[in-house]
Amino acid sequence: MQLEFISGFQILLHVVARFWPVWLGLIIVVGLSLRYRKRLGLYGDLFSSGVGIAGVVICLFWLFTAIFSSIIAPFDPLAQVAVMKDALPGAVVPDDAGIYLFGGDKLARDVFSRMVYGSRIVMIIAPFATLFALMVGITLGLPAGYYGGRIDSFLSFLANLVLAFPVILLFYLLVTPEIRELSFDSWFSRLTGIGVSIPRSLAAVFFIFPVVFFVTLFYTRFKNRPERLYVLLPITLLLGGWVYLGLVFNADPFGVIRIDPNELNIFVAVVFASSPGVFRIVRGLVMDIKTRDYVAAAQTRGESPWYIMLWEVLPNARGPLIVDACLRIGYTTILLGTLGYFGLGLAPESPDWGTAIKDSSRLLRSFIHPALPPVVALMSFVLGLNLLADALREQSLKD
Amino acid sequence: MLAFILRRLGTMVLTMLCLTIVVFYMVNLEPNLRKLSISQLDMRSSDEHIEQWLVKNGFRENFFVRYGQWLGVVKRVPNINPETGEAEMRFKACPQPNEPYFGGVLQGQFGCSTKFKVPVEEKLWPALGATGILMFWVMVTMVPIALLIGILAGMREGSRTDRTLSVASITTTATPEYVSGVIFTVVFASWLGWLNGSAASATSQGVNFYNFTLPVMTMAIYATGYIARMTRASMVEVMTQQYIRTARLKGLSFSSVVVKHALRNALIAPFTVIMLQFPWLLTGVVIVETMFRYQGFGFTLVEAAGNNDIDLLLGCSLVSVFVVLFTQLISDIGYAYLNPRIRVQ
Repeated sequence: MQLEFISGFQILLHVVARFWPVWLGLIIVVGLSLRYRKRLGLYGDLFSSGVGIAGVVICLFWLFTAIFSSIIAPFDPLAQVAVMKDALPGAVVPDDAGIYLFGGDKLARDVFSRMVYGSRIVMIIAPFATLFALMVGITLGLPAGYYGGRIDSFLSFLANLVLAFPVILLFYLLVTPEIRELSFDSWFSRLTGIGVSIPRSLAAVFFIFPVVFFVTLFYTRFKNRPERLYVLLPITLLLGGWVYLGLVFNADPFGVIRIDPNELNIFVAVVFASSPGVFRIVRGLVMDIKTRDYVAAAQTRGESPWYIMLWEVLPNARGPLIVDACLRIGYTTILLGTLGYFGLGLAPESPDWGTAIKDSSRLLRSFIHPALPPVVALMSFVLGLNLLADALREQSLKD
Repeated sequence: MLAFILRRLGTMVLTMLCLTIVVFYMVNLEPNLRKLSISQLDMRSSDEHIEQWLVKNGFRENFFVRYGQWLGVVKRVPNINPETGEAEMRFKACPQPNEPYFGGVLQGQFGCSTKFKVPVEEKLWPALGATGILMFWVMVTMVPIALLIGILAGMREGSRTDRTLSVASITTTATPEYVSGVIFTVVFASWLGWLNGSAASATSQGVNFYNFTLPVMTMAIYATGYIARMTRASMVEVMTQQYIRTARLKGLSFSSVVVKHALRNALIAPFTVIMLQFPWLLTGVVIVETMFRYQGFGFTLVEAAGNNDIDLLLGCSLVSVFVVLFTQLISDIGYAYLNPRIRVQ
């Protein structure tokens, strides 16, 4: 059967048109940011350099793409139209069902829709995994840098242990179906009916750090102001416990927060691999900052060590940490791609960019069009984050 | 200095012990053992059969005994067949003596690869050699280019050259190997047809320009940007120093100031960065070797992990952890050596 094609220029027009919610969102956000940039602090400063604007626009582009992916993508990422197998870009689906803008892949799925939906997986896992890694790294790095001595030696040894592991080997050991299926019978699983596996136990350890972090944060600040403390603490515990139940035990009573065991496994592995890096940076920053006068002043005032760490040291370390977080989201995206490329963790039909690159790179000799969209998508997103980090670094150096 | 090196070596040995225990634990988890025994027997084996096989090959012994055997501090006891009085081979590929013996890493025996049916040493060292060749060419192309870009960009901060080169190096750091590999293959192999899209022939027919350029390029490009940026930062810092201004005010030309005064001081930081790139390159090696089908260390690691080849995987992790820790040590010592202001305590 002969397929009809539209021209290259028409493909471009169609693609631009399909992204209309993204353009709309970009115009609104960038317009508002430019209008009020004087009042937006560090974020507003980004708009004074070309690199910063480029970074913000690229990151927002993919963020909006992830949010509106169901509107943008013309097809379901898993839907197969048999006749469109390996169709070239711009092929018209018979019966006026639409156009495969970037062609079809070897399973006759729409490459464009898969790329758009792939952004969703990246946007969910990469920033949140980075956030959790930051929490773990900060909560452990603060005491290591501040107290030094035994705690520091012990925690640094652990961090170096994880860092000495080649990332790829770590993932091959941690992110396998075998590890996920493994269940340790214990009093806990008999009592609750929830299987205890390695990813789940690791998740139980890692996900407690944000709760501990915020509880200590509020407690040290407001311990003499019960009216604030008694509001903030229960809110933190309730929210934290809710997310914890949903993520770790898959037992959210409202059914809003849940995570696929595959994704939990990846999430945990990524947090595990990147928190030692954060730990090292935080530790170094704290060792530098604790010699400053304002820390000595706080010590003389008789503030508790954790108050000094969380409210005197941490805010002054935020510049390098924000820059690092940006770079780290990019690095996590690359890691996710690596996982997909080796077929670890994610389901084989998953539309994420890494898996798509793996599938298409095997067939490069015959068809190149299914490989290019995910490649360009991944590269542009990481580039956007790196540009953003670069602009942020330049701005924070100016102060 | 000697005490420092000795202490670092001690930590290194401790780290390697801890990590191999972790790897040993992970590869010996029940589902992994099952996977291994099914791959050695056949798909339809019954549970009793699998259990029998695991017992016979010693996988059911105490965890620490088996770790000790692998390490070479506990004797391996061969299975003596009661009828013939001969030792039964655990794995046919690797002969075993008849009496108990020490056969572990400390004795230089890494065990038996169940996937390739050879002793691990026979597979691991050639693979490492192949990867060594790849690494050599990557370093030879990457380091000079990265340093040159970094120095050109950092020489005059804020100039047009600086901005262009900085954006270019940010772009390469945003391009992981599996992305640049695909792009290069599309451009140079599928489209232009200049180069070979696979390095499989490099193992049999030797390395040449057609089969080796793409893997080397792909690996070099990701780290180049990073090293270039570090060099740039270091160069920018050096160029603001008093002694550079003094040299300029003495009337020396800009180029001679850069070459004679700035360069030497600016290259200290990149040295550390280059040494610390090795662990990153290791991940790159795995991706590139899988992508271009080059039979090196990364390829072996993927095969070992995919088939739960216990001894081979342990050997691979030992080697990679050693590489990571050893380069860290070298970079620390080298840094202290290059920069007389740093004295290691």
